[in-house]
This record gives sequence, structure tokens and C-alpha cells, in this order.
Amino acid sequence: MVPLNYFLILAAILFSIGVIGFVMKRNVITMFMSIELMLNSVNLTFVAFSRYIQNLSGQIFVFFVMVIAAAEAAVGLAIIVALYRNRESLNVDEADRMKL
Amino acid sequence: MEPRTYLWLIPILPLLGATLNGVLGRRFSRAAVSAIALLSTGLSCALAIFEVVTLSDVFPIIERHFTWIQAGSLRVGYDLLLDPLSSVMVLVVTVVGLLIHIYSVGYMAHEEGPNFGGFYRFFSYMNLFMFAMLTLVLANNYVLMFVGWEGVGLCSYLLIGFYFRKQSASDAGKKAFITNRIGDFGLTLGLFSLFWMFGTLDYQPIFARAAAMPVEPLHQFGALTIITLLLFIGATGKSAQIPLYVWLPDAMEGPTPVSALIHAATMVTAGVYMMARSNVLFSHAPTTLLIVAVIGAITALFAGTMGLVQRDMKRILAYSTISQLGYMFLACGVGAYAAGIFHLMTHAFFKALLFLAAGSVMHAMRGELDIFKMGGLRKKMATTYWTFLIASLAIAGIPGFSGFFSKDEILWRAFNSPEYGRLLWAVGWITAGLTALYMFRIVFVAFHGEFRGGDEAWHHAHESPRVIRVPLVLLAVGALLAGYVQVPKFIFGGVEKFSDFLAPVFASTTTHGVAETAVNGGHHLELGLTALSVLIALAGIGIAYLVFRAKPERADLLEQKLKPLHSLLFHKYWIDELYSTLFIRPIQFLSTWVLWKIVDLFVIDGLGVNGSGFVVRGLGRGLRHLQSGRVRAYAGWVVLGAVLIVAFLVFKV
Amino acid sequence: MFNQYFQPNDILIIYPELLLALFAMGVMIIDLFLDRAWKVLNAFTALVGIAYAAYALYRLKSNALNLSGYNHAILNDSFAIYFQFVFLIATALVILISARYLSIEGENRGDYYALILLSLIGMNFMVMGIDLITLYIALELMAVSEYILVGYLRTNRQSNEAAMKFFLLGAFSSGILLYGISLLYGISGSTDLRVIAQRLAERPSHDPIALVAVVTLTAGLLFKIGGVPFHQWLPDAYEGAPSTITTFISVAPKAASFALILRIFIVGLKPLETSWVPVLSVVCVLTMTLGNITAISQSNIKRLLAYSSIAHAGYLLLGLIAGNEYGITGIAIYFLVYAFMNIGIWTLVVAMRRKDLIGDQIQDMAGMIYKNPGAAVLMLVFLLSLAGIPPTAGFIGKYYLFASVIQTHHYVLAVIAVLNAAISLYYYFRVVVVMFMSEKTDEEKMTLSPGVLTSLAVTLVFTLLIGIYPEPFIRFAQNSLSLFQ
Repeated sequence: MVPLNYFLILAAILFSIGVIGFVMKRNVITMFMSIELMLNSVNLTFVAFSRYIQNLSGQIFVFFVMVIAAAEAAVGLAIIVALYRNRESLNVDEADRMKL
Repeated sequence: MEPRTYLWLIPILPLLGATLNGVLGRRFSRAAVSAIALLSTGLSCALAIFEVVTLSDVFPIIERHFTWIQAGSLRVGYDLLLDPLSSVMVLVVTVVGLLIHIYSVGYMAHEEGPNFGGFYRFFSYMNLFMFAMLTLVLANNYVLMFVGWEGVGLCSYLLIGFYFRKQSASDAGKKAFITNRIGDFGLTLGLFSLFWMFGTLDYQPIFARAAAMPVEPLHQFGALTIITLLLFIGATGKSAQIPLYVWLPDAMEGPTPVSALIHAATMVTAGVYMMARSNVLFSHAPTTLLIVAVIGAITALFAGTMGLVQRDMKRILAYSTISQLGYMFLACGVGAYAAGIFHLMTHAFFKALLFLAAGSVMHAMRGELDIFKMGGLRKKMATTYWTFLIASLAIAGIPGFSGFFSKDEILWRAFNSPEYGRLLWAVGWITAGLTALYMFRIVFVAFHGEFRGGDEAWHHAHESPRVIRVPLVLLAVGALLAGYVQVPKFIFGGVEKFSDFLAPVFASTTTHGVAETAVNGGHHLELGLTALSVLIALAGIGIAYLVFRAKPERADLLEQKLKPLHSLLFHKYWIDELYSTLFIRPIQFLSTWVLWKIVDLFVIDGLGVNGSGFVVRGLGRGLRHLQSGRVRAYAGWVVLGAVLIVAFLVFKV
Repeated sequence: MFNQYFQPNDILIIYPELLLALFAMGVMIIDLFLDRAWKVLNAFTALVGIAYAAYALYRLKSNALNLSGYNHAILNDSFAIYFQFVFLIATALVILISARYLSIEGENRGDYYALILLSLIGMNFMVMGIDLITLYIALELMAVSEYILVGYLRTNRQSNEAAMKFFLLGAFSSGILLYGISLLYGISGSTDLRVIAQRLAERPSHDPIALVAVVTLTAGLLFKIGGVPFHQWLPDAYEGAPSTITTFISVAPKAASFALILRIFIVGLKPLETSWVPVLSVVCVLTMTLGNITAISQSNIKRLLAYSSIAHAGYLLLGLIAGNEYGITGIAIYFLVYAFMNIGIWTLVVAMRRKDLIGDQIQDMAGMIYKNPGAAVLMLVFLLSLAGIPPTAGFIGKYYLFASVIQTHHYVLAVIAVLNAAISLYYYFRVVVVMFMSEKTDEEKMTLSPGVLTSLAVTLVFTLLIGIYPEPFIRFAQNSLSLFQ
């Protein structure tokens, strides 16, 4: 059996990539994908723990995370569409009307 | 079973009236405003009478409503207490208050003009005052009493400055407010110390524990002495005693019904009430009692002399009020609380009457108050004259009128006081003569003799309408009869209804206190002393007649001869000027040159507000720029924050 | 077999939420049949739903049912019920002021109310949940509804931008939060907070995984309440969102997030107290100070109030740091007070929005005392309350919070908090000065619909009443002490 730590470290690396991608990328869609990456790394952690400690709660949690990620994606994309209609740009750095 | 009581309605009804008139009064007609004010006061008065009559067998009644503040071990409830003492006060306040409200409807009816502050506002304030005063006397703990205490102070300030566009009126309002603050500071300290010492501010536990404590020795300053002295400072502010009396004469700037209700009959007696309520504490502190008695006696004499030479009718009455309050303090100081409250009650009637009659005169004279511009008004204003005369006889202590009984009681108890009893009596005795003198000076100058205000004014002078006369007559009946509840022993065996009624409140005082005056010497001595005080009162009236009525030019002659004395009295011993040089000027100097120019402008504004304001605003401007408006930067901060927390936790451990 | 997982009691425990869900869907269906002129009926439907739910909640409270349900995933104790009442009050007030505002903005549709109700359901479950799965779903239900509401003005660029920022950062922060949750699950083998607390207590205190879990949880949760440095979404979202929604999210979701924080930190992470209390203390100081100082230099009233709301979150953290009965009561009473005073002041901001004036600049209020004296005086009362000056309700809230940290001997924190309260006076009174002392420029009458007037009356009465006679409200707030059981 693959040791637990392998999964955890992989998940941590994925999570970090997601975080860094979110901070670095300018395109809204890419940022959104980074968030999905973070959520998937969390899912991996859950499943790994669940398997390791023989407890099903973690796997159930993963289902809910996926459901919610889907809901967020729907809402998020709608918001992005509305934003694009008004601005004709997906560059987040240009959306800085409100500041200071 | 506890009887069902509705004490809470007694103060709440005037509050309702005040709120209604205050919020909506602007839109109401004057008749509606008057109806609301009278109805709320009237119902409150009827209820008060009903409650006192039905409950007098089961006193004391404590009505606990709700916990108002609960902070640590301090619990303050909205608890009302009806016992003999508070029922006397409630009756005085509501009955006199109702009569003055009725009077005000007539008095304020013709008030117009640029200085007028608004009909509805006047009644709203008056009702609010009733609420605060009733809260003060009905409270069952010191905090609630203090709420009422501050409330009446606020209303007093608002009503003195009622003609707020008039500079002198708003100045007088401020003077009253500030002087009272000094007293209230003492009172607040007193309340803090009470809480510190007893761990509660409810009356019953404090008094129960205080009663069990030993009486502190005379001329020593134990804890109770300090506390009672602080309370007494509060009382001197509210009840206009030396050294804080200076605001009361100026308070006459307010409308006359206000002077009658607040600055004669009710609010100024709050100090006396508070001391009587705390009688257990005071009786355990003979040092304080001695100070109270001495201050009371000196104030009585001092204010009486100042009243002698004033020309303004309301000011004379104001000094007379201070002087009479001095009597009440003297009574409390010699442990004769019941006598003090008795005088408070009779005084409420005759002094309210005097003020209202003065208002009626003022009405007739179109606001003129200088008694030397009046004269012979007796012919024009019969009701006013007769009622004023009755009140003057009462305050002068002529047998048969209410003031006689109460003043006599105080003088007799003062005489028997173990400490300086004779001296205190002598001062009170002289003051009695002065009282008669200055009162009958008004009577003879204003109501008798020739009119000195010119023809036009004479034609204008007229008797006031019925709505003003009715309260005068009713109060006159009170001034005449209120004394018969307590008659000295040597007159047909005496009546002691009043002191018997109050006895439960002062019970622990008479059993434990040293102030228990050994009534020695018997009735003959009392009879003799009474005769002496009647004699000096008659002498006062006689002198007034000789100087001001029989030969008015004698007054001027006397004034010429006693120029320095007259000047001293006329300028009120230059006390205002003395305070001005001693306190106000140095404070002004300090505040202008040190506090304002250096501390305020330089240190606070310069370094503090502007400096720190500059720094803070600069910081604010700088910090704003952290908010770049870019999502990625925000996310960067979130990540940085998380990293910083990790670093913090790692390096901490 | 079935009975092991489902009991009839379970339905009763979430009865108010079921009602709310029913009404949320009802609003959307009824909306289809309504003419433009009758859209105000949507608000009525939603209000009826809230009233019904409040009644159900009241019955639930007095019936003292078995409070735990769904196989111990939900704990409807008096802490939860107290906060649910706060949410219901806040939501009802927000719905009252919404109808007129939406028609001015030209976006008067039923889904708005449905979303508010759904968000309310999410908040209710946030305070009831004791299991991390429930809590996470509830949190997301609340948050997703909010994302849509913040961007509700589809054609308004600011609203779009606010929604985008709020959504991206919100999703990002819940990702971080979720990572913490997964680690917590890993080290304790359970998602029940009470079990987690037991397991954590058995572990050594310097566990690196526990440390990462605490950090990510703290970051994710502090984001929701706008703790510095996780606060930056808040001013932008508050400014860009429709004012009624800002009113809503400044009170109810903040209270819900705080209740969630209380549950997680006081129940679940209690064993790690020594590590999170210092962290929160630093965050608390930063939050109060930065919120207040930045508020000083704002010229937009919505942004000013947003920064003031950040500062208030800082004060509220004091209660959590103290973590004793006084602190929890303080947080509970503060949110009740905050619901009234903050909705009161935001209602006035909403009423400033007129046909041709956005009305969100402080300068728009110049000389308000002349044209709208009533509104100016109300504004003064609410500002005094926000500043915590007696006899307004704000004083009572601050008193409890400040007293709680003094009780636990965090004197430095108490001093900094008091200094901050002093700084806050500066910008609150700047608004007062503009309203009362400036030349008259405010010519237009404010938009005072019956709903706005009702909301103002209710908020004013309670802001003063709680200040003058706090006792019954404090007793009500002490319901929240069931948190410790």
C-alpha cells in the first residue's frame, strides 16, 4: 500500500500550485481553474485520510465538495459572463474601479 | 396577601403627557396641550391620593418592577417605595404641581413674542419635571433617586432658560446647571462610597446595616461622616444652601410658575428629602449633623438679611426660599427630621402661593417686578392681595397659620439640641423676625399706599382671570390649614398626627441616634419660646408698617443713614463678586491662558489632535493604498497573512 | 435500520428552515404570475415566510424538543436559536427596505427575495451544525447566494466588479478553509466538532499538522468576518453591492460567520487554545486599528461604513479571545445591537438613493439637518451607537466586550480597544459635522417608503431601548451560553 504521506504531500503540492496560480494568473477563467485545483487537492486529502483511517465520512465529504464546486462554478461563470458583457475583458487587473 | 398597587403609574402618567406634548405638541392647539398636561398631572395626583389613603395601613409598600442595571454585584431595580415619608412628598408634589399646572394654563395663555419658547414645550418640560420629581421621591434605591435628581436638574435648567433668546435667562440656566454640578459631584462621590461600603444601593439593606453600626463620635470624621458630608454637599447644591445658593436668585429668570413649582415648592426641597430619607446615616454621624445645623442656621439668617433690601419681588421671594430651606436644614441638623418635613410641606403651600400671587401681580403689571413701582394694588386685585397676605402671615409665623406650627416646632427642637442649641435657636429666632419684616415690606409697599408706576400702568393693572385665581385660593386654604396636623402640646393638648405618621421612617433614628433631643423644660418653656417668636414676628410686621407704610420717606432716610449696611445687603454681601474673583476669574484665566492657549491650542490641538490627527490621517492615507482594487493583490494578502500566522506560531514555540 | 439514521424529531428540529425553503421557492413561482406593478408582493411573501419561521422557531424554543438530530450532525441548542432569531430580525428588516430600492434600480424580481431566504437557511444551518460537513455546506449555501446578490445589478459595472471580487476571493478562501477541515478530519478521524475536540486533546500540542490546520482554518474563517489581513474584499464588495444587500451582508452573514467561528474555536479547537489566542489577539489589534484608521480618510459613506464594520469585527474578536461567559454574551448582545444600529444606518443610506442621485458620498449629506431633519437626527443616534456612547445600545455591546478582556487580564488589548473606540469617534463625528454644520446642499427629499419608515422606527426604538434598559436583552443573549455545554 502506498504510504499516506505520499498522498498528503502530493495534495499539498497541488494545493500550493492552485494558490500560486490564483495569485499569479490574470485571466479570470484561469484563476477559477486554480480554485478548482485547490478543491481537488482537498478532495485527495480527504480520500487518502478516509482510506487510511477506515472512515467513510471523508469520502462523503468529497461528494459534497464536488457538488458545491459545481454550484460555485455555475454562479461564478454567470458572474464572469455578466462582467464580460460590461467590460469586454477577462483581465482581472482591469477590474479595479473600487479601491482605496 | 400583597395589595395590588399601581405606584408606577404615578410618575409614568406625567411622562406620557410630556412625551405626547413634546413630540406632537407643535401640531396641537393650545387647548389640547393644556388638556393633556392637566389630565396627566391630575390623574397622577388622584392616583397618588388614592394610593396613600388606601395603603396607609400597610406601609411601607415596595413595588419591584424590573432589574434595570445588573453589573457585577450591583443590581439596580426600577423599584418604587411608598412609605410615610415618600407619601408626604408625593402628595405635596402632585397636589401643588397640579395647582401650578392649572395656574400655568392661565399664566402662559398670553405669552407671545420673540422670547417665547413655545406653549407646548413649556408644558412638556413641566410634565417631564413632574416625572423626574416623582421618580426622585418614589425611588427605592439611591441610583433611581439620582436619576430623578438629575432629571429635575435638567428640567430646572431647561425651564430657567425657557426664554432662551434672552441672554440673562440662558446665563441663569447655565449658572444653575453648573452650580448644581458641583453639588452633584459630591453626591456622586457619596453614592460611590455608599456602594463601596455597603455593596448595594438599595435603601433597606443600607439602613439596616447602618442602624447596627456604632454612632461615630462627635468632632471625628469616620466613614459615615465622610459619606454623609458628601451627600450633604449634594443637598446644598440642589437645595441652595451656603455655599452653593447663588444660582437660586438668578433662577427667577424662568417663568413664574416654574419658580413656584421647581424653585420654591418641590425641587429645591429634594436635598431635605434626601437627608430625611438617609436619616439613619446622618444620625450616626453627629459631626455632619452639627455642620448641617450650622450651615442651615447661617443660611437662614444670611439669606433673610439679603432679602431685606432687594427691590425685585421674585428675588425677595427667592431669598426667602433659601432662608426657609435653611430652617429645614436646621431641623434635619438637630435630628428633627419630622419637623423639617413638616416645614417642607407647609412651605410648599405658602411659598408656591407667594410666587403664584407674585406672578399674578407681574401679569397685572405687564412684567414689572420692582415693588417700588407698585403700590395700592390691594384695590385692584383683591383675591391676589388676600391670598398673598395669608401666605405672608403663614411664612411670618403668625399663630393660626401653617408656618407658625412648623417653624415653632423647628425652633423648639433646635433649642433643645445638645450642641449649641441656644445659639441655633437664637439665630432662627432673629431670622423669624427678618422673615416677617421682608414679607410685610412687600405687602405694604406693593399692595398698600399710593401707586408709583404711572397712570397708564395703573389703568392696565387688573385682577387675573379665574383660572389663575382658583389655584391661589386653593393654595391659600392649604397655607391656612396645613399646619393643623401637628400642633404643639401646650395648645389644647396638641395634635401629633404628622409626626406619628412619619414616626416609622425615623424610628431607628430616635432609638439609636444621639440626636434624640431630650425634650426638657416642659411646656412652659415651650410656651415662652413660642411667645417670643410670635413677638419678634409681630415686631417685624410693626417695623415694616412703620418704615414702609406709615411714613414711606423713613425708608429712604434709613437707607441714607445706614448706607454701608444697605449697600452690603443690596449687593448681597458681594458674594457673587467674591465667587467671581475667587473662582471664576482664576478659572477663566487658567482656562484662557493655560488650558486653552497652552494646553488646548498647543498641546492638544497642536501635538495631540492635529499632531495625532495628522499622523492618523497620514497613516489612513497610506493604509488606503494597501487597497489596490486588484483581486490578485487581495489574494496575495490572504496568502501572506496565512504565512505570517505560520511564522508567528512556529517562532513563538 | 432506517430509524437508526432518521427520526421524526429530525424534521421538527429543522422545521423553520423547511418553511423558509418552501417560501423561497414559493416566491420564485409567485413571481412568475406578477405584473411589474405588483412585484412588491414578493417582499410580502418573503416577510410572511420569515414571520412563520420565527413563530416555528419560537415554538421550537418553548417546546424543548430533543435538540440533537440527524445522527448528531445538527445541534439546535439555545445558542443556535438565539442567533437564528438575530438572523430572522436582520433579514426581515432588510426585506422591508428592499422593495422600493429595487424598483428605483429597475431590478425588482422575485429571485432576489428567494436568494435572501436561501442565504438565511444557510446561516441557520451554520449555527445549528456541529458537524463539519453540515457546516461547510451551510457556509457555501450562504456564500453562493451572497455572490449572486452582490452582483444583482447586472448592468452596473460596480456591482459586477464587486461580485467578481467577492466570488473569486470567497471561493479562494473557502478552498483554504476546506484544506484545514480536511487536515482536521485526518488527525481526528471524525467530522464531529465534539469528537475532534476530544482527539485533539489527546494529541501532543506541537503537532505540525494540527498547526497547519489551525492556520488554514483561521485564515479561511477570518476572511468571512473581514479580519485583517483577510479583509480586502470587504470594502469593495460593500461599496459595489446594491445598498440593501450591503445592509444584509454587513449584519446577518457576519453574525453567522462569527457564530461558526465560535463553534469551531470554542468547541472544536479548544484544546489548541494556546496557539490560536495569540494569533487572534494580533489579528484583533490589526483589525480594529486598520479598520478605524482607514475609515478616517474615506469620502464614500458606504466605504466608510465598510471600514467601520471591519473595526467592529475587531471589537467582536475581543469576546472570542476572552472566551469566557462575558465574552460570549458580549458577542451575542453585540450582534443583536449591531443588527439594529447598523441596519438603521444602512437604511438611511438606502433612503439616500433617489431617482437621480446615488447618494453614497458623505458630501451628499451636507446640510441634511435642514431638508431632512428627522433623518439627520436618526443618523446621529445610529452613529452615536456605533461609536458606543451611552445611552445608546452600542455602549452596552462594547461594555461587555471590553469588560470580558479585562476579566481575562488582557489589559493591553483592552487599552488598544478603548483607544480605537476614541479614533472611531473622529470619523463618525465627521459625518455628523457634515450633516449638521455644512451649508445646505441636500435639496432632495429622501426616499421614505413605508418599509423604510418601519425599519427606521424599529431600529431606532431598539437602539435606544437596549441602551436604556438592557437587562431583558442581556438575559436573552445569555441563551448563547449553551455553547459551553
